Amino acid sequence: MTDLLELHGVSVAYGGRVALQEVSLRIPLGAQVAVVGPNGAGKSTLFKAMVGLLPLRSGEMLIHGRSVPEYSEPIAYVPQREEVDWRFPVTVFDVVAMGRFGRRGWLRRLSGEDRRAVLGSLEQLGIPDLAHRAIGELSGGQQQRVFLARALAQEPRVLLLDEPFTGVDAATREATLELLAGLRARSVTVLVSTHDLDLAAGRFDQVVLLNGRLVSAGKPDVVFTEANLHEAFGGQMVVVDGKVIVVDQCCGGHEGRAGGQAGDREQRSLR
Amino acid sequence: MIGWLTEPFSLLFMQKALIASVIVGVACSVLGCYVVLRSMAFLGDALAHAILPGLAVAYLVGANLLGGALVAGLVVAVGISYVTRTGSIREDTAIGIFFAGALALGVVLISTMHTYAVDLTHVLFGNVLGVTTTDLWITGGLAFLVLAAILVLYRQLLVVSFDPILARTLGLPAQALRTGLFLMLAVTIVIALQTVGVALVAAMLVTPPATAYLVTRRLPAMMAVSAAIGILSAVGGLYASYYLNIASGGAIVLVATAVFLIAFLFAPARGVAWRLVRRSSQA
Repeated sequence: MTDLLELHGVSVAYGGRVALQEVSLRIPLGAQVAVVGPNGAGKSTLFKAMVGLLPLRSGEMLIHGRSVPEYSEPIAYVPQREEVDWRFPVTVFDVVAMGRFGRRGWLRRLSGEDRRAVLGSLEQLGIPDLAHRAIGELSGGQQQRVFLARALAQEPRVLLLDEPFTGVDAATREATLELLAGLRARSVTVLVSTHDLDLAAGRFDQVVLLNGRLVSAGKPDVVFTEANLHEAFGGQMVVVDGKVIVVDQCCGGHEGRAGGQAGDREQRSLR
Repeated sequence: MIGWLTEPFSLLFMQKALIASVIVGVACSVLGCYVVLRSMAFLGDALAHAILPGLAVAYLVGANLLGGALVAGLVVAVGISYVTRTGSIREDTAIGIFFAGALALGVVLISTMHTYAVDLTHVLFGNVLGVTTTDLWITGGLAFLVLAAILVLYRQLLVVSFDPILARTLGLPAQALRTGLFLMLAVTIVIALQTVGVALVAAMLVTPPATAYLVTRRLPAMMAVSAAIGILSAVGGLYASYYLNIASGGAIVLVATAVFLIAFLFAPARGVAWRLVRRSSQA
């Protein structure tokens, strides 16, 4: 009965404005959840609040019925864009090993178990041969896989991936999907924010549809109704021949970041 | 040849100078890796100058000059860390304010003195040949504390410097670690005053680590190579000082600068010379 990840009336403010209002969710542990919504809907904000990067304005978050700050098992988080210093003299192995510090403590030597976890994570992401490369020498897709490997090495109970499919190469996309399949076997709870509504419907147990607040949550066919999508995406949605097409005019700047990206198109067929 | 090498250090004051320079070289070079990687060079230079009022007050009341410098350095380090903690005042701005303010206070205090303060010029430009046994113990003790802190806090400082987001999700006290780093910097600068002086201490914090960065790819290796360059600079500088009869602080910094230039040109992967060779062989 308490085997849940629960949010009760969570509100989060971001840069002075309320980015998420009164979100309440119940997610069974081990579920794989897609978090969707237009830009500025609060997807990243939700994840940042869940790992304590943003304070909750109100509400609370419980895992196993316990409040999250006192929860000892790790929540791993892979942000949309890593804000690390790419010129820092660390190797891929060093970066992934950082995922073990939370378990091993800050002083004790890494054990054989830790090394196996690091190497196993690198293998699962298909990059064991990069272990001794400097982090700054890698391509964008390789860098993302390193940070996914680190999240895996944390052996988290809850894993939050922010837009892992946006702007990555096909190999990284495949490696990420394989990672998700592997995590299902270990019943790790996974929340993934994405613009790909077909992927959200096809590969995930549950969908959370946000637009500054919770529009709908539940199984994909329950969430992806024309009414819900219209409520979330508004004018960005058109219906053509019984198919809902969401044109997300992505500006890439929804959280104060400058510069633009090519727009992502979100399509979802309705039955 | 052997005689040429051993002659300078048959003198007791040269032996003490050697020990002090090596201790300071290692402490500056290892801590300096974080100064370079976290872009704290301006802070290092500012802290070195901001200790001037501490020196002046200690001189006026007849207290230990190093003690006065240490108090002033720690006060300014904590002050900058406190003012910038919320992010509403940027770090370089806060450094500029404290740096100029403390320097002005030092100038005003010194202008009230009627005698020419020889001891103060020693602190400004270093006087490694006048190191006493007591100074050596203080220098060694403080350097040991700084190096021990770097070792004990290795993982925390690594994560907080490389990936602030991971640091926060792992619950690291980022602000306390930053203040700790500032305090270590203040202590290191104070012990470096005797060897290279206020004016040149920033070079010892930046040049050996920047050189090591060019030839290594992991932080522990960078620290080890940086420390080796710090020792080489200290020893080489003292020989140059002895045989060429030049200022020891300046000589130490010049050796470090020469090593940097050699690495900049000829480092295996990142050297400028190899890039030019590769380009001309492709053409």
